[in-house]
This record gives sequence, C-alpha cells and structure tokens, in this order.
Amino acid sequence: MKNRLKVLRAERDWTQADLAEALEVSRQTVNAIETGKYDPSLPLAFKIARLFEKQIEEIFEDEQE
Amino acid sequence: MKNQKTKSSDWPGRTKETTVSLAKWTISWVITVAIPAFGPTLFWGENTLINLLAILLNIGVGIGMIMANIRHLETLDELMKKIHLDAMGIALGAAVVGGIAYSMLDATNVIPFDAEIGGLVVLISLTYIATLFINVRKYK
Repeated sequence: MKNRLKVLRAERDWTQADLAEALEVSRQTVNAIETGKYDPSLPLAFKIARLFEKQIEEIFEDEQE
Repeated sequence: MKNQKTKSSDWPGRTKETTVSLAKWTISWVITVAIPAFGPTLFWGENTLINLLAILLNIGVGIGMIMANIRHLETLDELMKKIHLDAMGIALGAAVVGGIAYSMLDATNVIPFDAEIGGLVVLISLTYIATLFINVRKYK
C-alpha cells in the first residue's frame, strides 16, 4: 500500500519523532509506514487521517487498484 | 503540533515503565529459580517443606513475570507488538519441533547424555532473540 505520509509530514515541517509522539507509536513505526515496509492497522490509519484532517483514501492508496 | 504534543498521553513513559517492571520481575524470577536449585545443596539439605515453599515462591513470581510481560506487550505500539508476537510464534514452533527432536535423540541414545529442560529453554531464548533482531532490522 502506498501512502503520502512523508509528504504530509514534510508539509507541516514535522519530524518523524514529532509524528510518532502525536500518534503514540515509535519513530520506527512511522518510518516503516512511510517506507511502505509496514501497513498500519485500521485504527492507526484513522488516527493518521484525523491528525492530518484528511480522508483515509487521501493518504493511503491501494496498489492493486 | 505543540497542541498535539500536549494532548498526547505519556506513551513512551508508560512503555519504559512496563519494560522496567518486566526486567524486575524477570530478575526476581531468575533468583527464585536459583533458590530451589542451589538451596538444598548449600543450606537446608533435603527439607521437603522448604523445597516446596521455594518452588511455590518460584511459581508465584513466575506468574507475576507473565503478567508483567502481558502488560509490557499491551503498551507496545502495533509494529513492535507484531515484531514480538512473530518472534514468540517462531520461538514456540522451535520449542515444539526442537523439544520433540531433542527428546527423541535422548530416547534413541543418539546423544550420550540426558535431554535436559535447560537445553530447551536456551533454544527458545536464542530463537526469540534472533527473530526479534531480524524483524527489528527488517522494519528499520
């Protein structure tokens, strides 16, 4: 699954550590999501969407589509 | 972002707290393993009551260690939880396959010594640590 997390984070000038703290996850988790190594659970995806005030599909994209 | 920071609860603090708690319970459990293992030889001899109490203490602290591990897992974030649970699953598989094979090696006298439970514990621990290390690197 592709995502725009890195772009959205950069637009707000947040570090991975800032985002990790806001999401209550480790910086490693943020990095793994950004690099596509790990797909977040639905609750975490919703949390990310709420934080960036966007719809989930505006952040995450199913590569099979 | 500052607002977000103030709103978020102290997740790293909670994780650190449960990690320290797990370490304390694990050290306590290791100590309580040593009591019935070395106590009879060094202090009280073949006193069944004291040995039984020492083993009950070991079981009690062991239950505390398991509960501390559960609390620790609950405070981990979802990726770390996955990494730990994957490692646990592989360690369990290694324990079943390795344990049965080890037992059969003893039963068929392929190995010249008795299969000790300690060997199985070492296998589980090494498998768990190795899988944890590999998975942490995989998601780095």
